[in-house]
Amino acid sequence: MATIAPPVEPAVHALVDDRTFLRKYIFSTDHKIIGIQFLLMSLIFLLIGGILAMMMRWQLGFPGRPMPGGGLLPETMASGAVILPEFYASLVTMHGTFMVFFAIMPLLVGVFGNYLIPLKIGAPDMAFPRLNMASFWLAVPAGLLMIAGFFVEGGHAAAGWTGYAPLSANPEYTGVSAGQQLWCLSLIILGLSSILGAVNYISTVINLRAPGMTWFRMPLSIWSLFITAILVLLAMPILSGALIMLLFDQSLGTHFFLPADGGQPILWQHLFWFFGHPEVYILILPAMGMVSDIISNGARKPIFGYHSMVFAIMSIGFLGWVVWGHHMFQSGMNPTLGTTFMVSTMLISVPSAIKVFNWLGTLWGGSIKFTVPMLHACAFVAMFVIGGLSGVFMASPPLDMYIHDTYFIVAHLHYVLFGGSLFAIFGAITFWYPKMFGRMMSPRLGKLHFFLTFVFYNLVFFPMHQLGLQGHMRRIYDPSTYEFMKPLAGLNRFITISAFLLFASQLLFLVNFIGSWFRGRKAEPNPWDDTGLEWTTPSPPPHGNWAVTPRVYHPPYEFGSGRTAEDFLPQDRKLDTPPAPARAPASR
Amino acid sequence: MAHAMTHASVMEPSPEAEPGAGVYNEKLGMWIFLLSEIMFFTALIGSYIILRFAHPEAWAAPGKVLNIPVTAVNTFLLICSSVSMVKAYASIADGNQKMLRLWLVLTVLMGATFVGIQAYEYYHLIEKAFVPSAGLYGSTFYTMTGFHGFHVTMGVICMSFVTWKAFRGRYTAADHRGVEVIGLYWHFVDLVWIILFTIVYLI
Repeated sequence: MATIAPPVEPAVHALVDDRTFLRKYIFSTDHKIIGIQFLLMSLIFLLIGGILAMMMRWQLGFPGRPMPGGGLLPETMASGAVILPEFYASLVTMHGTFMVFFAIMPLLVGVFGNYLIPLKIGAPDMAFPRLNMASFWLAVPAGLLMIAGFFVEGGHAAAGWTGYAPLSANPEYTGVSAGQQLWCLSLIILGLSSILGAVNYISTVINLRAPGMTWFRMPLSIWSLFITAILVLLAMPILSGALIMLLFDQSLGTHFFLPADGGQPILWQHLFWFFGHPEVYILILPAMGMVSDIISNGARKPIFGYHSMVFAIMSIGFLGWVVWGHHMFQSGMNPTLGTTFMVSTMLISVPSAIKVFNWLGTLWGGSIKFTVPMLHACAFVAMFVIGGLSGVFMASPPLDMYIHDTYFIVAHLHYVLFGGSLFAIFGAITFWYPKMFGRMMSPRLGKLHFFLTFVFYNLVFFPMHQLGLQGHMRRIYDPSTYEFMKPLAGLNRFITISAFLLFASQLLFLVNFIGSWFRGRKAEPNPWDDTGLEWTTPSPPPHGNWAVTPRVYHPPYEFGSGRTAEDFLPQDRKLDTPPAPARAPASR
Repeated sequence: MAHAMTHASVMEPSPEAEPGAGVYNEKLGMWIFLLSEIMFFTALIGSYIILRFAHPEAWAAPGKVLNIPVTAVNTFLLICSSVSMVKAYASIADGNQKMLRLWLVLTVLMGATFVGIQAYEYYHLIEKAFVPSAGLYGSTFYTMTGFHGFHVTMGVICMSFVTWKAFRGRYTAADHRGVEVIGLYWHFVDLVWIILFTIVYLI
């Protein structure tokens, strides 16, 4: 590995770092530290969201039975350790809210947007480092406000993570007043944080690319984060506007979403999903980009169809704006309009399929190394196909009429959000961990974690398709309420036990993550033999990233091109030999 | 920040980077931020249009509740402040520190007066029992004009900061990024008001 960054290493000492502890680790303007701060914050929220899910699973698997440890909950949440219906509604709401807004979204956009963008395009930092710090320090109070909701009178928000009005707008309907207002306020602040982040990412990608880093030499992770940032920039303010109106309905007595005085509950749904569908792609596009990086690296082949990948990301980003109606087929939609939304939704399967086939094309004939990140990336592709396929036929209004608001939807969204995004996140964390912390994560623990997660994940979520088809409602408190759902009790219990095992498997990741931080094997600058610019600087990179701005000479995925002694060609290595045919040939 | 980000002419993009937007970072960032602001006001204005078309009877005839003459004066004031903003920018582009300070102070004063008159307007409306909970009319009026007023207030605060820096001689003909960037924001807020004045007060 000694050949990897010869010109950079000696000059690195020139980067003087005389920041105080507070400036370096707490109120840091360094994009790498901010990325790690986001990582720690969102992993905590991932854990909280997971615990809430376990409580829901207990109630669904063993309805009415005292929950182990439930005695610790106050009387307003559980009576005699049995979860109360009101609290169950809060659990459903907050599991969704924490996972979408405080775990997956910051993990993808906050962590990797911050960490990877400057390092992969050859910039010393973000375009606006102080704005970047503000973005993180707005996300923290937003998270604390969201947690605070559990401790206020009336309990936490209970109108679902989609906050449908008028249920959310009138405190009388749920008995929740302060909790719902905190929910709105927290998301408004988080929205501002995301918008500031997006402004930063977009400006950085446009203006701070190193010489030679042309648009079509950018790795797909950066392309996807760039398009995602545009989606965040344009979608979050719509949510903020809607949340402000909802907050005013609750606190100032306005009538935006309350039908009694001429307000329109459907308006909330339109605003929410006009934000919400781009949000879906915010939660998957960065995962797709990072998976592309990892798969190309793991297969030791250039990514198949780089340009088509870029255009697929762009078209997904665009189409994401014109499909929101498919969430509202059952809200009283004109069938003609419903058909339009059906067609636009099904169109998205075209760019999505392009991406899947390109990943398969990349794997085809590659000399695949099944490292831990690669395993997760392959799992991402497989699970995304399942989640994507159920998405295609749910897009048809007649079918949606049957499965709407059932566990089929729950299965679908977890196949894309957990099977998709979260597997990609585990892969990406393992892949870039050595760069972030200067140490390797244990591959043995990593593989164990991967296989257990993969198995239990499917045992939890695949049977949910079946539950949904048999009519199991999405947010039902007690599945034994209805006679026709009684036969589902066994399946529900099976899912619950699998879910507990799935949760327990995540402790392996936690142990690996924390343990490797202190005791992991020291990482070389380029442990995965990758081509990206981030691997040309030490692990972890110094403040300022490079002493000398790198120059870029090659596309991002030059694996097995045969032009170097190793099987990869770093983007910044100048070769004397002229490039062989127009494009880099595949490995065989 | 880091060494690589200091370059010869700050009003030009870095020569050390691949060609980007062709403008300096702060200006690019402000344009991008304003895109997001457009979407924010789109959410409010779009909801207003939908609600009003569904229930036109919930709105009083123009001028019945809202005081158009006072607000027209206020609108004029805000447009004038945009002119003085341009003047401030033109002055510093010529390196004229004195005129920069004068025009900036005028802009801040006009912006602050706008907010003051809006507060006065609110006060009298609330006295007449026209409150946010007064039907869809009150709901949309206070939310839309209130958030615009909030944006003006933020603008006045930032502009005061720019003015303070101008008095300390921080802007030159070669580098007056702060003046240009706050100017972009100010014109945007002004533009939004012209739309709001038309659809909320006049129609």
